[in-house]
Amino acid sequence: MQIIVCLKRVPDTETRIRVDSSGTRVDSTGVKWVVSPYDEYALELALRAKEGAGAGEVALVSFGDASAQEVLRKGLAMGADSAVLLTGEPTMDGLATAKTLAAELKDSPAPLVLFGVRAADDDQQQVGPMFAVLTGRACVTGVASFSVQGDVVTCEREVERGSEVIEVRLPAVLTVTKGEHEPRLASLKGIMAAKKKPLVEKPAVAHPARVQLKALAEPPPRPAGRVVGQGADAVPELVRLLREEAKAI
Amino acid sequence: MADVLAFLERREGRLGANAREVMSVAARLAGGSGGSAHALLLGAPGASTEAAELGRFGAAIVSVGEHEALADYHPDAYAAVLADRVREGGPQGAYGAVLFSASVLGRDLAPRVAALLDVPLATDATGVEIVDGRVRVVRPIYSGKAFATLEMDAAPALVSLRPNAFTPTETAAAGELRTFSPEVDPSSWRVRLIERKQAAASEVDVAEASVIVSGGRGMKDPSHWDLLEKLRDALGPGVALGASRAVVDAGWRPHSEQVGQTGKTVAPKLYFAVGISGAIQHLAGMRTAKTIVAINRDADAPIFAVANYGVVGDLFEILPRLTEEIAALKAGS
Repeated sequence: MQIIVCLKRVPDTETRIRVDSSGTRVDSTGVKWVVSPYDEYALELALRAKEGAGAGEVALVSFGDASAQEVLRKGLAMGADSAVLLTGEPTMDGLATAKTLAAELKDSPAPLVLFGVRAADDDQQQVGPMFAVLTGRACVTGVASFSVQGDVVTCEREVERGSEVIEVRLPAVLTVTKGEHEPRLASLKGIMAAKKKPLVEKPAVAHPARVQLKALAEPPPRPAGRVVGQGADAVPELVRLLREEAKAI
Repeated sequence: MADVLAFLERREGRLGANAREVMSVAARLAGGSGGSAHALLLGAPGASTEAAELGRFGAAIVSVGEHEALADYHPDAYAAVLADRVREGGPQGAYGAVLFSASVLGRDLAPRVAALLDVPLATDATGVEIVDGRVRVVRPIYSGKAFATLEMDAAPALVSLRPNAFTPTETAAAGELRTFSPEVDPSSWRVRLIERKQAAASEVDVAEASVIVSGGRGMKDPSHWDLLEKLRDALGPGVALGASRAVVDAGWRPHSEQVGQTGKTVAPKLYFAVGISGAIQHLAGMRTAKTIVAINRDADAPIFAVANYGVVGDLFEILPRLTEEIAALKAGS
């Protein structure tokens, strides 16, 4: 079975985000770029499914500028078999992004397409289920683990206050959240092998964005931190402040 | 002039915790643009009995779609019925905006409806208004390390609202209740719920709680979480436990409790960070909390820079005393 995994290149989650002087862009100085963490979880589950079945293929797709090649190479080094980079500029309109991916993959025979549950930059959490509707696939979001039997995928889905077991018929889209399997590190052998794996670059089919970014701002500063006191003796004063000043309890 | 539709979630036979917030925002937007606010609920026959109170939060019309197969959320069925209702529009034609809660259900449903209707969606908004007929949204990106202002060029524009980010407002108006019977064909469903594994009934999800008690590495061992549970119980109902990434990665706590960039971004009224140093990706996830309390042994921990109230010292001495004092306060009030 072929599994497609969509990867996005995003700033590392430990990176401090600064807005540049344009007021609409992030200052990329000193930013370390990584595969969006949830996309990495998705790739790990895809690789495990392929290994479990003892056959199959994991294909990667990314939509971004030429620098997204590096996240595809990383995914190939982790064990994916091939990659396609759709070059273009993703916008804040998730539906336009979903259409770009659908234009590339609408005729794909791959029964399973995986996304991270959300990208660690825009946090839009929408492209996966939109892509599913556009390509006529069923969709389960927030999947922590899954197993495939025939044309049915059994998913463990994370929801408020617990989890659900969901069965979905292929072809399907799953959006993946953090589960018990940490993404593997690429081995030296994997990195060498990745250099020989196919990575095709082609222009993305662009769709006009109907969501315009007007401004970016850093979060409003919080008032300077205040230490109430040391040790358990500070507790009565803390409780008094919470009750009388913050009116929080 | 534009009407605004609020999709309201039912959970365990009742209106979802965020229904009043979503309804109040819909009423404010509709009022500001000369339209009226409508509510839409889906559920099993009888679901309409819970809908009556929505008028108080500004719904001129409360539509309830009743069908046995809609008792539980089903993504394809809910998306299809909702898309049909949005296409029909309100008394003044096309809706200007359709609002959801950015709950697990809302995050699953809204993108599907957007794709069915071919209209854009902005998720997890912390601010929304209609300016010159266009929907303008403020939403956190990079898990709250920055905020984006977006303008949406579509009618309707779909927006989901971050839980706890808006205040419900009551009005004197009473809404008109209308029920309808949507066509639903479960035999066509490709997705099936097999089992629901529920956490304890008293627990609130960390993403929706008004008060959160979070623990980090400083707790030293997962067995010490009873200290946090006691503080949670002393604080009363509506309080959730949270966790730092370090303790989730160590397997001490489930990912569903993780606060921060690869977990949940939260906006509670009160946040206790206990034994959490305050890594940048954790601070991003909780910095919009109204009041932050930090308890940590290390006076230089970054968490103290954002804490309204910090106590430096041994959490194993501080926590029991804090639980005791809060329990005494609650007993006396």
